[in-house]
Formats: sequence, C-alpha cells, structure tokens
Amino acid sequence: MTNQTSDVLDVTDLRTYFPVRSRGLIPRTIGAVKAVDGVSLSLDAGETLGLVGESGSGKTTAARSILMLVRPTGGSVKIDGEEITDLSARKLMPIRRKAQMIFQDPYNALNPRHTVGAIITAPFKVQKVVPPGGVKKGVLELMERVGLNPEHYNRYPNEFSGGQRQRIGIARAIALRPKLIVCDEPVSALDVSIQAQILNLLRDLQKEFGIAYLFVAHDLAVVRQISHRVAVMYLGKIMETAPRELIYSRPLHPYTHSLLSAVPVPDPKRQAHRKSRIVLHGDLPSPIDPPSGCVFRTRCFQAQERCAVEVPPLVELAPGHHVACHFPIAVEDLPARAEVQALTADDPQEATPDVQIVSREEAADGAAGAAGKGRGAQEEALDEGGAAEEGVSLNKPRA
Amino acid sequence: MTATSEEPLSGMPIVGSADRPFLSVNDLHVTFPTEDGLVQAVDGVSLSVERGKTLAIVGESGSGKSVTAQAIMGLVNRKSATVTGEIWLDGQELINLPQREVQELMGMEIAMIFQDPMSSLHPFYRIGDQIVEAIRAHRSIGKAAARRETLEMLQHVGIPAAERRIDAYPHQLSGGMRQRVMIAMALINSPQLLIADEPTTALDVTVQAQILELIARLQGEFGTTVILITHDLGIVADVADDVAVMYGGRIVELASTTTLYDLPEMPYTLGLLSSVPRMDQKLPERLDPIRGNPPSPIRLPKGCVFQPRCDYWQRVPGEACLTVRPDLLESDPDHWVRCHLKVEERKQIARDVKQILAGGGE
Amino acid sequence: MFAYLVRRVLLMLMLLFLLSVSVFLLFAILPGDPARLTCGKACTPAIIESNRHRLGLDEPPLTQYVKFVSGIFVGRTFSADSPQPIKCDAPCLGYSFNRQEQVMSLIARSAPVTFFLAIGAFVIWIVVGLALGIFAALNRGRWGDRLIMGISLIGYSMPSFFLGLLLVFFVIIKWQFLPFPAYVAPWENPFQFFQTMLLPWILLATLYAAFYIRLTRNQVLEVLSDDYVRTARAKGLPERTVVVKHALRAGLTPIVTAAGLDLAGLLGGAIISENIFSLPGLGALAISSIIDSDLPLITGITILTAAIIIFANLVVDLLYAVVDPRVRVI
Repeated sequence: MTNQTSDVLDVTDLRTYFPVRSRGLIPRTIGAVKAVDGVSLSLDAGETLGLVGESGSGKTTAARSILMLVRPTGGSVKIDGEEITDLSARKLMPIRRKAQMIFQDPYNALNPRHTVGAIITAPFKVQKVVPPGGVKKGVLELMERVGLNPEHYNRYPNEFSGGQRQRIGIARAIALRPKLIVCDEPVSALDVSIQAQILNLLRDLQKEFGIAYLFVAHDLAVVRQISHRVAVMYLGKIMETAPRELIYSRPLHPYTHSLLSAVPVPDPKRQAHRKSRIVLHGDLPSPIDPPSGCVFRTRCFQAQERCAVEVPPLVELAPGHHVACHFPIAVEDLPARAEVQALTADDPQEATPDVQIVSREEAADGAAGAAGKGRGAQEEALDEGGAAEEGVSLNKPRA
Repeated sequence: MTATSEEPLSGMPIVGSADRPFLSVNDLHVTFPTEDGLVQAVDGVSLSVERGKTLAIVGESGSGKSVTAQAIMGLVNRKSATVTGEIWLDGQELINLPQREVQELMGMEIAMIFQDPMSSLHPFYRIGDQIVEAIRAHRSIGKAAARRETLEMLQHVGIPAAERRIDAYPHQLSGGMRQRVMIAMALINSPQLLIADEPTTALDVTVQAQILELIARLQGEFGTTVILITHDLGIVADVADDVAVMYGGRIVELASTTTLYDLPEMPYTLGLLSSVPRMDQKLPERLDPIRGNPPSPIRLPKGCVFQPRCDYWQRVPGEACLTVRPDLLESDPDHWVRCHLKVEERKQIARDVKQILAGGGE
Repeated sequence: MFAYLVRRVLLMLMLLFLLSVSVFLLFAILPGDPARLTCGKACTPAIIESNRHRLGLDEPPLTQYVKFVSGIFVGRTFSADSPQPIKCDAPCLGYSFNRQEQVMSLIARSAPVTFFLAIGAFVIWIVVGLALGIFAALNRGRWGDRLIMGISLIGYSMPSFFLGLLLVFFVIIKWQFLPFPAYVAPWENPFQFFQTMLLPWILLATLYAAFYIRLTRNQVLEVLSDDYVRTARAKGLPERTVVVKHALRAGLTPIVTAAGLDLAGLLGGAIISENIFSLPGLGALAISSIIDSDLPLITGITILTAAIIIFANLVVDLLYAVVDPRVRVI
C-alpha cells in the first residue's frame, strides 16, 4: 500500500498473536492464535475504510491493535506520520487526541454514574484542552451537533435510548477534533431506523471536520453506504481490498463473492431471481490451527492443490484493487450455484472446520472464559477423536 | 371466527385465500405492570397464518413482536402479565387452556427457536441429552430409541460427525452449529408450528444463509407453519409469504410479501424500507431514515402511535392523526393498513418515494 | 483431569510452604521477645536466655523453620540437651511451654468441638438458606417473599454477639429451657451434647442462613430469567423439571463455592460463638493463646487454619469442575 507521509493512518504488516498454552503439568506456550496476521492498510484524511469480516476474522482485534488497546505482536502503526507501536501508555496520550474510538455497545462504553455532560467533558479534562468559549459551551455545542438536546446535559446514560447513547459516544469521540476515528460495529446494535440516522450523522461529521474513519462492521450494506474503500478480512488476513464501487460490482476473491451473495436483499422479486448464490458450508476454521496455504481454501469453491501449499500474496490486479487469491474470479464467470459439499460430509478429517476451539471474537480478544458464569470456565476443544486431555486453552493477552 | 367488537372488520385479517387459517390470533393483548404504570406490550394484535406458510412479524425493538411470539408460544409469565384475546391453533383455543394442556402442546405442536443459541442451550447438559429430554417429555419411548432419533435429526440438520457431537456440550460447538442443534431440538417432535425469534441475528451472514436454507428445507419436508420474528427486512423478503409490520404494540401493516415490498402503504413501513442501506440499488448520498426515536411503551401518543415520526400526517385533514387511533383496515384485498391517509394518497406517496430511492445517488 | 489435579495439589503445597514461611517471618519480626514473655515476675537475664534456648529461639530463623517443618513429618525433641527433654511426636506443630503440652494435642482436643459446631451449623444454614431462598425466588414479590427477605435482613444485620447474648439470656437464664452449656463429646452424653450445641448452632446458622437466603434468591431469580430456562419451558417440560433440573442446577452451583469456603472458615474456629457459650473449641483456644502470647500455639493454629482454607479451596474447585462441564478442560 502507499507509504505517503500524508496518511492519517498507515498500518504495515500488523500482527497480533495471542499465546496458546498447553494444559500439561507445566503449562507452556505451544502456539499462537494469529488474530491479526500481517494486515496492512492506510487511510487519507476524510476517507472511510470499511473493514469487513465475519466474527473471528480478527477485524475487531485489528481495530483495537491499531489504537494500542491491544498491544500488537509486530508490525508498524503510524498515526499522522508518527510511529506509535513502541510508545508507552503515557506517551500515547497525545496520540489519543488524534485517534478516537466508537464502540458497538454504546451503553457498556459509557460510565453509568456519569452524566452526559461529564462524559463529553472528560476528553477536554484529560487532555487539558479548553475550546474557545469554555468547556461547558463546547460540550453543549457538541451535544447539539450530534443531535442531542443540550438540556439533557445532566442526565445519565440509562435515560437514553440506544441511538441517543451512540450519539453521546460520538460526541465524546469528536470532542477534540480527532483526525481518525476507529468505529467498531457502531450501528449493529441499533434498530434499522436509528442505524440510518447514525450513519448519516457520521457522514456529515466527516464532511464537516475531515475525519478519517476506520469502519469495522459485518454488515456489507452498511459498509457500502459509508465507505470509500473496503477491505475484507478472513482469519486474520486481508483477502481483498478495493474502492467501494469495485468491490461491490467487480469482486474478485471467492470469499468476497460468497459474502456478497449471502446478504439478503429487501426485495422479494430480486431474491427469487438471484440464482447464482454461493452458499458457504461449515464455519470458520480454528485460528489456532489455520489451514495451510490460503486460509480460506477449506471453504472455497475455487480451491485447488496449489492453495494448500502456497500462501497467496495480496497483489494489485487493478488500480487500487488488491486480491490475495491464486484463482480470482469475476462475477460473470461464477458458476450458477457454487457449493462446497466436502465439508458437510461425515468425513472426520474434513469435519473439524465446523467446530471451533475458541468462541471466536471473544477468545481472539482474549476474553477467554467470559462465556461461562463459572469460575474460570473455559472453552474446550472438541478436537479429533475427543482427545481432550492435551487440548489447548487460551490465555489472556496483555491488554 | 368471531369478529372483534372494536374493529369494524367483518372478520379478522386473513391473508391468503384459505377458508380456515391454521393459526389465527384475535385481538391479543399483553399487559405488564411496571413501576411506571401498565405497559401495553401487545395491544390488539390479530393475524392468521395458513398451514405450511411463513408469516414474518417485523418490527424494531419495543414493537411487541417478540412478546406476540411468546404469547402464542405460551411463554408469557401469567404471574406477571395479563394476556387476553384468542389464539386459535388448528381449531383449539390456547389462551384459556389449562397450564397442563399448554405444556403438552409446547414442544410437541408448537416449537420455538431463539436468537442466541449459546444462551438458549443449557450449558451443563450434553446436546444429545437435551434433545432426548424434549422427546421424552411428550412421547413415551425408551432412552435408546430417543437417542437414535436424536442422532438422525442431528444428521438431518447438517451437523457433521453427529455421532460424536451428540455427546458434546454446547460450548464446544460454534454458533452456527448451536443454532442447528436448537432447530433439531425444536423439530424433533414434528411440531406443526415453528416460531423463530430472530433465529439468525446472532450469526454471521454466511452462516445466516445456511440456517435460513435449513429452515426452509425442513419446512418443506415437514409441512411446518413458520412464524418468523425479525427486524431484518432482507430476510423477510427472502423467506416469508406474508408480513405483519408491528409498531408500538400494534400491527400497522399486513400483506403478502410481494405486495408489501412492492407498494407499502403505511408510512412507517415505507420509512423502514428506505432506512435500510441496500446492496441492490444505486447508492444514495444520504439514507432517508425515519426521524426521532421509537415511542416509550409507557407514554404512547394519543392518536396514531407513529404520528410524531410521520412525515405525512399533516396531509390528513383535521387533527385525526393527533387524536384518533386509526384502525387496521383492508385497503386492497389481503392488504391491511393502519393509517388515516386516504388509500390513493398512500399509494402515491409510496410510488414517489420508491422513485426517489431507485433513482438517487451515484 | 489428572494433570489438573496434580497441578492443583502441587500449587496447594507451594501455597502452604509460602504461608508457613510468612507466618514464621511475621512472628520473627513482631515486636516483643517471646522468651521474655515466658519468664515470670522473678526474671533474670539468665532465665530469659535459658528459656530462649529451650524455645529454640536462639537459633537462626532458617534453622528454626527447618526444624519446625521436619517436626511435622518426623517429630522433634525440645530442650534435647537439658535434663528433661520434651518429645513432640509427628505431626508436631510445636510445643506450648505456657501450657506444658504439645500444640498438636491442644488442637486435637479443641478441634472436635469446633468441627461439630461448624458441621451442625452448616447443615442447618444450608437447608434453611436454600429452602427459603428458593421459595422466596419462586414467589417473588408476594408476601412470603417479603416476609423471608425481611427476616433475613434482620438476621443479616444483627451482630452475632448481641444475638448470642439474647439467646443466652432468654433461653437459658430467664426461661431456663436449656441448662448452662457444658460441652461433652457426643459419644459420652449425646443428650447433653445436643443441649449444649443447640444454641450455638442456631446462632451461627442464623447469621449464615440470612446471607444464604439472599444469595440463593438472587441466584435463582437470575437463572429463572436465563434463556435456557425459557428453552426448557418451550420444550413443554413440567414446571418442576424446569425449576429443579434446569434452573436450580445452574443457579445453585456458585453457592457450592461460597458454602465450601464459609465452612472452611468456620472450621478454623468460631471465636464469638465459642466464647459466648464457653465451648472449648479452636476459636477459644486461639483467643487464649493470643492473650497468653503463647507463640508456638499461635503459629500452630494459624498454619492449621490456613491449611484448612487452602484445602477447602481445592475441594471446591474440584467440585465445581464436576458440576460445570465448562470448567473441566482447564
């Protein structure tokens, strides 16, 4: 990707691995979950890059690694030209003025004991910035700008609906006029009508302040609405990245094809006519033991022998259109109805992709054991032949 | 069928042409007492489904769609909520049925699958045992036979290496696999009615496609009637025969899927359809969302519940939208709409909006 | 599972080691000279020195510690070079010169009292706590629930010594339903044993039951609204099966943890109850050893009590792994 210094965000070969420990008498590191494995991307001012993927693709971990909320294992992250991977928490403080984050669940991301005013005031206080006209005036203006009633300054987050809470989160994020906002599934918890309001708000703010968005989402239609460019992730790697028009009209990676064809369209006539639907079978393979060669090959209708041996590099097939595939395929060449039957067969060798060792994103984000109420409940590997004794468990990464 | 007294309907909204619907709900009310007063979660819902068909109930959070489904299923806790109205399933009324008989129907005649397959399966029991329990709750067959049947069903819903997975615990399976287990458990007693409450919301889009295909396939095989609760208009277009749109505890529009997507008449439906970012149309510069927020179920507007968010209420002469609750009326055969606007006006609005949507953007 | 067990046991031993070291260090740096304290009024430096030697306190701390640990396994002899050596059999936790007795036999005499006290109270509080808690949860918001919650709040907030004194005053002194407590072993005089233990049991059980009612009620209420309980209902299972097999199985599991640790804590001595009812248990022994500055006895009781809690922790974790399949893999 480009290496211009003008980029707001420049990520090169980002890798975030979580150690996997064995369960013997003496636990030792026996491998790593490569949650993010060699991701490179860049963002210009005022641009939106959509980062798309299923759960377990590593998109959320990538987003958090970029803001050093999860420390990456390797690679480089430059924000506004400054390398930040080696910075201590204290030295990151000035960077946080430039790069902010919006979360999926606005409720969990807001302190329930703080008033809306206090929440939006916090960035000014922490960074010791006083906007023209004073902090209070600045906060009231922000509230107005994101569509909150300034009279609600003294209310608490629980008095607001989901959409309004997301507006609070947005006001907090834009308070210091950052150059970059990482949005982690910002609308997926919201109702349809509210979702559209928030998307419009984000777009307006971008135009007004020239903010760059890294927009992480699983909903392809939403991403299409807001992004200038789109990157598709699968099992920690970028499969395809291209300008929006290209990726939706001329996708080349088989995975992108299957993602696009799986999205239901709210039009019964078109649904009925859509014959060339690619149905992916099985689930994401385990990120602890990803397939050799191309990580997507176990579910790919294009897969051939070469895919098991050689990792396909991300190459530029058209201007700005990068694809990591040995056998890219254009829309018009798609088979009428592509399916991969092998994976549903009761062949124990092929059956494992359906089972996951870890609960996807959760584990990749290091929240191993969060699934259970029990003390230290952990996800179990139901590996081949039920050999559970020497399985693996995930350890919390340093966060 | 008895006619409801408040509504000037000759019968109930019956979509489709069958003489006697398989399931019909008549003037269903569900009321919860809360600290802030009574909440009318469901306020006079009437609908019907033909045998073997799929009815989708669409709505946003708080619209009452899930409570409606749970009321049909018999899952609304009668200790804390009041349920009135009639629910007829294949000639049998359910609301006034004794609890014992309701239990006999649940899991046997009516089954349900839920949004989150992880939390819906008991974490302490093996999936096979949980399905066996569902069989033996209704049929007196031996454990070995029930287990054989379970294994067959697990294979049938596409669980690879089912003979091994049958002894797995839920946390050992992926989200998609867990939802397949839930489906296997729901269909194990060949119920006539399957209620699917947001069955794919927690799943990835590729897995979502698999699960929807599975439900459609099994529906074809077993002749099951399906009620699909969802907020996703894309899924509805994909699988439903008829759609009921709910807002503020009421059905605001009820039609066949093609009719509803072709020419939605209720401004709310129209707003929903134009709020969704779509992959099949030109990209609009901005989305055209419904403004404002859904109403609080405790303080519903006096007139039309949608009026505060409606762009067209001023076209209705007088103040009807502010003061009078509109009724659900038949605007065309099998197309029911709850709106004060004149039919012709509504149709014109829908045509105009669709025109803009289709032509907008890049 | 076996590897897990072995690892947990190793971990437990390591904890015990660290614990004993820190207890030793703690008493080594504590102000006051234990040898001085053993010496009566007519004290001379010579006597102090000889006492210090008898106690083994003149040796370096490391040697003291090694001797202490080896005493646990093979026994040891105090004042070996004096005319009257004191033999202390394995497992030897030390020798109390104040009381002229082995620490182990002092503990062995007190432990059964505390054991019976704790177990009896445990049974009562678990039965009462779970039963009332479940009942309250299933009848949430009705008068039964409110009554139980109100009573448990009173029990919860009542200081134990106050409740104990009330019981003694009314039941024993004023109404004379029960004689003054005088502990005997149950095998010597079961009737007197029960007469003595009844009030202490009630006192302890009241305090814990009040807490367990609330804990149980909250747990059960939480699982009753869980999705899998709804699934169980949707299967058409009878309400009793839904509650017992699906809700309680999951809801009561965390209580295993709390109960196990609470029981372990009690086994180390119930200081207030034992004192109020003059029960010669571990708690009473601990108090008097502190009053007398009986260092060997304090050390012995501290280490033993901590060991019980560490062991109970292990048992609880293993129990949990048996009940909750999600834990087994670790």
